[in-house]
Amino acid sequence: MGNVVVDVMLKSEILDPQGQAVAGALPRLGFNQFIDVRQGKRFVLSVEGEVTQEVLAAAREAAETMLSNPVIEDVVSVRVQAQPVGSQA
Amino acid sequence: MRIGVVTFPGSLDDHDARRAVRVAGGEPVSLWHGDDSLRDVDAVVLPGGFSYGDYLRAGAIARFAPVMSALVPAAQSGLPVLGICNGFQILCESHMLPGAMIQNDHRTFICRDQRLRVENATTAWTSDFQRGDEITIVLKNQDGQYVADRRTLDELEGEGRVAFRYVVEGPRALDDDKYDPFAGRNPNGSYRDIAGITNERGNVVGLMPHPEHAIERGYGPSLDGLRFFTSVLKSVVNL
Repeated sequence: MGNVVVDVMLKSEILDPQGQAVAGALPRLGFNQFIDVRQGKRFVLSVEGEVTQEVLAAAREAAETMLSNPVIEDVVSVRVQAQPVGSQA
Repeated sequence: MRIGVVTFPGSLDDHDARRAVRVAGGEPVSLWHGDDSLRDVDAVVLPGGFSYGDYLRAGAIARFAPVMSALVPAAQSGLPVLGICNGFQILCESHMLPGAMIQNDHRTFICRDQRLRVENATTAWTSDFQRGDEITIVLKNQDGQYVADRRTLDELEGEGRVAFRYVVEGPRALDDDKYDPFAGRNPNGSYRDIAGITNERGNVVGLMPHPEHAIERGYGPSLDGLRFFTSVLKSVVNL
């Protein structure tokens, strides 16, 4: 099984309420060095067999059309995952 | 006049929307997300709720429902479409309206009676109002913050396509002697206090607050919501 990893982040100019909630809570645990937190989304798309160029191209298209909304989000990366999640091999 | 109301898995306010259509004098028609037929309706309401659990992004998966493949071209040909709350989010995700909705800036779910100012009374869904009218209907959502880039916002303002704005209240005591937590600001951080917008043609309107919950005496804060539905009934007659 091959996996493609897609990372999506809110655009930098869009307020990130979830990230702000995390940023607000970190100092309570003594983490005072982080001045901002941005929270994003990761998708792992699995296919039978290897990740071919066609699979990667399809993943890019899915990332642009459905997994992200270009009005508010950027597709940060679309890449092949070396080790499948949960694999014992 | 047949007004369709689409039910998606996770729609909550489809019953109230159909009831509002009936109270306004129209014939409500149930439409199903999985059918690509609009059943010859004269207008369509996309109701509030959490379509497909609002997973991914609010409205993002509903955009690809079979019913949308019929709705998008019909709207482009002038069919009146009203998106309420989740319906507004679906209209934005479908690019039928510009911009997007993100989480409320204060991160909490909100449910309250909300004053709005009517900014455009020429759309299919607002013609029974006068520009500048102030109305009070229910606002209830988690992802109600309207955002768009500056160019889009300037375009909306320049073309008179902001349909509704939140009325920013001064400090005021609420019924239970608590003070309004949203005094001096809009209730979700929406850019330029935008509560609802329309497309160029004025047949597609989306807004976060819920007109369908303000149509009957004894339920909801006013009867202001009814005029959305009487507006569209008149506009359909005048087509």
